[in-house]
Amino acid sequence: MDLFEYQARDMFEAYGVPVLAGIVADSPAEVHAAAENLGGTVVVKAQVKIGGRGKAGGAKVAHNAADAEEVSKAIFGLDIKGHVVKRVMVAAGAKIAQEFYFSVLLDRANRSFLSLASFEGGVEIEILAVERPEALARIEVNPAEGVDLAKATEIAMAASFPAELIEKIAPVIVKLYSVFTGEDATLVEVNPLVLTEDGEIVALDGKVTLDENAGFRHPEHEALVDTDAEDPLEAKAKKANLNYVKLDGEVGIIGNGAGLVMSTLDVVSYAGERHGGVRPANFLDIGGGASAEVMAAGLDVILGDPQVKSVFVNVFGGITACDAVANGIVGALAVLGDAATKPLVVRLDGNNVVEGRQILKDAAHPLVTVVDTMDEAADKAAEFANA
Amino acid sequence: MSIFLDETSIIIVQGLTGSEGTKHAGRMLASGSKIVGGVNPRKAGTTVEIDGHSLPIFGSVAEAMISTGANVSVIFVPPALAKGAVLEAIDAEIALAIVITEGIPIHDSAEFWAHAKSKGNTTRLIGPNCPGVISPGKSNAGIIPSTITEAGPIGLVSKSGTLTYQMMFELRDLGFSTAIGIGGDPIIGTTHIDALAAFEADPQTRAIVMIGEIGGDAEERAAEYIQAHVTKPVVAYVAGFTAPEGKTMGHAGAIVSDGAGTAQGKKEALEAAGVRVGKTPSETAAIMREVFAAL
Repeated sequence: MDLFEYQARDMFEAYGVPVLAGIVADSPAEVHAAAENLGGTVVVKAQVKIGGRGKAGGAKVAHNAADAEEVSKAIFGLDIKGHVVKRVMVAAGAKIAQEFYFSVLLDRANRSFLSLASFEGGVEIEILAVERPEALARIEVNPAEGVDLAKATEIAMAASFPAELIEKIAPVIVKLYSVFTGEDATLVEVNPLVLTEDGEIVALDGKVTLDENAGFRHPEHEALVDTDAEDPLEAKAKKANLNYVKLDGEVGIIGNGAGLVMSTLDVVSYAGERHGGVRPANFLDIGGGASAEVMAAGLDVILGDPQVKSVFVNVFGGITACDAVANGIVGALAVLGDAATKPLVVRLDGNNVVEGRQILKDAAHPLVTVVDTMDEAADKAAEFANA
Repeated sequence: MSIFLDETSIIIVQGLTGSEGTKHAGRMLASGSKIVGGVNPRKAGTTVEIDGHSLPIFGSVAEAMISTGANVSVIFVPPALAKGAVLEAIDAEIALAIVITEGIPIHDSAEFWAHAKSKGNTTRLIGPNCPGVISPGKSNAGIIPSTITEAGPIGLVSKSGTLTYQMMFELRDLGFSTAIGIGGDPIIGTTHIDALAAFEADPQTRAIVMIGEIGGDAEERAAEYIQAHVTKPVVAYVAGFTAPEGKTMGHAGAIVSDGAGTAQGKKEALEAAGVRVGKTPSETAAIMREVFAAL
């Protein structure tokens, strides 16, 4: 989960990372009040989870409260690469002497952590990495050892910070790493990290990505979820503990196992090429269980998607036996009753497949078509969706 | 022969007393695996009865190894306690630790991998978030169903559990030397490359199926490795062509971000390395049949 800048700022502050005062505002009137509260020069910054905000006109300096209110009117509602601004942060102004870059992140390829630091900040880091890679220090951080003052000094030295700055910046790096571990983040990025004219180091803009697997030890992270931006069907599925992703298509998909479901989406989209270009409507992995309750909850979410015209249930009975899945489908259709209105193509294979298919045959539900192979079933579901 | 797991594998289960551990220990026993006990510090000294087998519970992995000669641990410990369980297995220097648990925080996985590495990888880690390993007819450690197929000449390595089962089913007439599910998390112990290297060295394995999915660059690196080091034919499948950017597709590691980790990119890298890539599981199986017939 990516955080908004203001959420990252608050998190930094809690760990003692130096940040500027900032107040969140949802309307120009609130911006006025926030700017008045902060006093002096402020920066009104769009809160969107995407880079390139400055260039898009999403961050503006204002010299008084009236000015701040005025500039915020142009920022609210701004569309930044598909992200519409609904909230801004009014931040205290800073007299910047120099800008730097620092981040620490998960390095999948090396199964480790990596810190990136540059004495040259204020630029897009992706561009710097390509054009002047020598200006971006890349130092591995051993996850079992972490970052102490000595390691932070090593990072700052590698990034060519002058000695007098290393003394100031190393403790900030240690604190940023404590955000990374303390909050179970996969990314903590500060761009820019600045030196003010008063000689202070300040994290001026932050980006934090949190590991959702660690949610169980951070119940407070739940409050950071941007529920406004959640797709209503995804929100409904999440409440039912379903692993669901809404897509833009007509064939609803239910399967067991993430890999098989991804594969099912692909096979359906190839089949769609023969049937009017229909596409998968969602990803839904019901996991190993596939009980009637889980199947009913899954079907309920999928049938609540007005775009869905047919549903493909693709299950390989590994641990789960196909007869249990078939009973789940029959039970789910009974639970849903008249709410089940779309044709259902079912492909079962693997453990107890004969029994499973027989259960569906005996139930003879008018909406259910049983097809033997994944390819043929995908084709049938696409055909129904295109009817 | 087979890789990582064979008839000499003596298995303990960390988390045997939990519902998943008990259920799957029963399945492993039914498939002929040598399961010799479990580990749970709070229940040390007790025994668990599973389908007529009386399995002792030990206080630690080290004790279990001394008492039973175990060389494999299958770990079903829940996410919050998994790190401690894996670190314990590594410290006991068990040869193979298979982490089935899904949902382990990435910082925990990063830490136990770093620990395994610092000990010179005396313990081979497989997973987390994986279905385990099966060498049909020899041993089964994890949750892969043993009834899909029998021993044969194909080696299989996959990020996904159900796609492993699907592919074993598609090629059930050929059979498998070993099928290994390496897991769908961003940090995993054993990689595609490790499995490819082991299959290359295994005389029973004559051809290899590799299954990948979106996210990271493991398949791209495997492609480079295949080109340089693998002489046996490799056929690949990649899932997730239709996955949208920025969305996690079930597995924590299955995400396309900033245009990186796409199925198309992986397919192209594999094809550039001379690997034939199937568009669907059934097409992949058909290609493998063709490749195998020509051997």
